[in-house]
Amino acid sequence: MPDHIRLQSDVLVIGGGPAACWAALAAREAGCSVVLVDKGYVGTSGATAPSNTGTWFATTPEQRARLVAERAKQAEGLADVRQMGRVIDAATQHLNLLAERGYPFPRDDEGELYIANLRGPDYMRFLRTQLVRAGVTIRDHHPALELLVAGEVVAGAAGFARQLDRNWEARAGAVVIATGGCAFGSRILGATGLTGDGQLMAAELGASLSGMEFSNQYGIVPLHSSVNKGLPYFWASFYRTDGSAIDIPPGQRFPILARESLEGPIYARLDRATGALPDALRRGQPNCFLPFDRAGIDPFSDAFPIALRSEGTVRGTGGLRRADDDCSVGIPGLFAAGDALERQDIAGAATGGGGPNASWAIATGVWSGKGAAAFALRLGSRAHERTVRPAGQAGLRPAASTRTVDAAEAVALVREEMLPVDRNFFRSAPKLDGSLARLDAAWGAVRDHAQGSGATAFRLREAAALLASSRWAYRAALLRTETRGMHRRLDAAGSDPAQMRRISIAGVDQPSLGFDIQPAEAAAS
Amino acid sequence: MIEVLSETRCTSCNVCVKACPANVFDAVPGHVPVIARQEDCQTCFLCEIYCPVDALYVATDPEHVTGITESTVVEAGLFGSYARALGWRKGREGGADRDPTHQLRQASLTGARSTAP
Ligand SMILES: Cc1cc2nc3c(=O)[nH]c(=O)nc-3n(C[C@H](O)[C@H](O)[C@H](O)COP(=O)(O)OP(=O)(O)OC[C@H]3O[C@@H](n4cnc5c(N)ncnc54)[C@H](O)[C@@H]3O)c2cc1C
Ligand code: SF4
Ligand code: SF4
Repeated sequence: MPDHIRLQSDVLVIGGGPAACWAALAAREAGCSVVLVDKGYVGTSGATAPSNTGTWFATTPEQRARLVAERAKQAEGLADVRQMGRVIDAATQHLNLLAERGYPFPRDDEGELYIANLRGPDYMRFLRTQLVRAGVTIRDHHPALELLVAGEVVAGAAGFARQLDRNWEARAGAVVIATGGCAFGSRILGATGLTGDGQLMAAELGASLSGMEFSNQYGIVPLHSSVNKGLPYFWASFYRTDGSAIDIPPGQRFPILARESLEGPIYARLDRATGALPDALRRGQPNCFLPFDRAGIDPFSDAFPIALRSEGTVRGTGGLRRADDDCSVGIPGLFAAGDALERQDIAGAATGGGGPNASWAIATGVWSGKGAAAFALRLGSRAHERTVRPAGQAGLRPAASTRTVDAAEAVALVREEMLPVDRNFFRSAPKLDGSLARLDAAWGAVRDHAQGSGATAFRLREAAALLASSRWAYRAALLRTETRGMHRRLDAAGSDPAQMRRISIAGVDQPSLGFDIQPAEAAAS
Repeated sequence: MIEVLSETRCTSCNVCVKACPANVFDAVPGHVPVIARQEDCQTCFLCEIYCPVDALYVATDPEHVTGITESTVVEAGLFGSYARALGWRKGREGGADRDPTHQLRQASLTGARSTAP
């Protein structure tokens, strides 16, 4: 393989979704040089690009208070209302900034700019243009495989340039991880690259995670497609094969559909959408109609098969734990943003989908970018004189003898253990134990024997990261012996007031975990 | 998954090679790109709207190849259909300013509704 590509900047951002873009822009505005490396292509990669995301913002104090109260209730005691307010404020400010910079928000019936929705492909393409204008160096198809450290301080990252078939090494004064959530190999919109790489890289240096038991949000997909968009189902009725209607009490849609889906095929029809709605749905959410139009089905009059697909931590809330308001993860020089971070602050045990997640990506993007910039500027030019060493372990540097390890096989195992509704939507100790035994064995093989270079290393690292997130998720799920939010234990159906605490987990090979001593609000503020 | 790359429409501009986030295509010097890693396709449909000449078709099944052919796609008028629905043209963005989603969210809020993403 030809020589390394060498990159150097004050701040290195890893990722290419909204969180990464906002971090890069903020660091640039703080006066730093910025390199951004993405596994995919900035503009199309990540969970936002193929979707439409609703946003979470407030124009009046009353609206802000209402939003906070609504979500605090769903969070079942694990959110932090101070952080909710900060996120809403920062997101509102930056959504308005987007409008000022020329993002083509539509106008509502009163002629006001409608900033409550971002069209994924348009939004991400707009952010790319902003990065180019601001002078951020963008490297597409440059997945990061590991972090570089100088002593105890993060000093860059190394990875593989897939389309150039060359390794790269980027030195920086500070690093932002914005690699998104972990979708456990689920085929939902935008998820192929969301394998939890950043979580693994940070945890290898001692960063801890939280909320990993809330990694089992599921979404509805029609016609066996990838399109896990929820909005149209507000107007849906649900049916069994014999045509009988499935009765869904308020707030019970997912548990009921999950249960029914284990009994037999389930169907939906958007028969509650009448009048002007079908047309507005079609024009407002074109991606929702791709499966129908391509199959020649009219979803407003025909019942169509649906399934539940796992959305992992993308719409779950688990991820790296923030150490402070700057989104440091507690390792000097290392910051994180977006879905790579845990989002219990804003969503607790429930999903942050439907607005909070998109606003979180904006807010934590900006904060981490500023935090990283301040750290890098304090180091100044000394940053690049440091001697560094690579910190990646499993998949890159085997603990024992090198042997062929099949990355695809490991990914297939993760899918088998993490995606099925009867395993992960409805959890129980025996099933969790069984899965963990198999996941741990696969992890052991990768840790001890896997080694590769170039494209092979890239695949092995993805497999290692998927296994790491799976093992954290099920360990946390086993520890939480109650049902709370999306974490449903068949063997512990009620919620336990004593467990109204967050769970933290640290360590990759032998994770150690426990409940926080303080309640969520005090702990996070 | 991505299933059709029309050799007759394609101009070998290689935009899809660059823009596919899952690195599914490989450029081929002097020829149209190939779908080299179809199993990596995340069925996001974005290559379709980035292609300036509507030469790509993504089937909606993300797990299996359906085997749909170019002539079926043509007959059903599906080349470029997602781009047209969005208001994108020739690989360039457009239409976000005409997005009527506010009507939907209003309707969903006036109904009794728990937050659905
Ligand atoms: C169908 C769907 C609908 C949604 N709707 C809503 C909604 O209405 N409201 C809402 O609030 N939220 C919604 N969400 C969630 C929202 O999309 C995410 O919260 C948001 O995209 C998170 O942004 P992010 O930048 O952290 O991660 P992502 O957008 O997922 O981006 C992660 C980036 O990291 C890159 N990456 C990964 N690994 C590496 C690596 N090793 N090296 C370099 N780069 C790497 C990826 O290529 C990608 O660019 C939805 C999600 C989906 C899937
Ligand atoms: S983007 Fe379209 S025209 Fe360009 S190479 Fe790909 S298929 Fe061909
Ligand atoms: S649908 Fe998405 S992942 Fe598949 S080839 Fe097109 S751009 Fe790539």
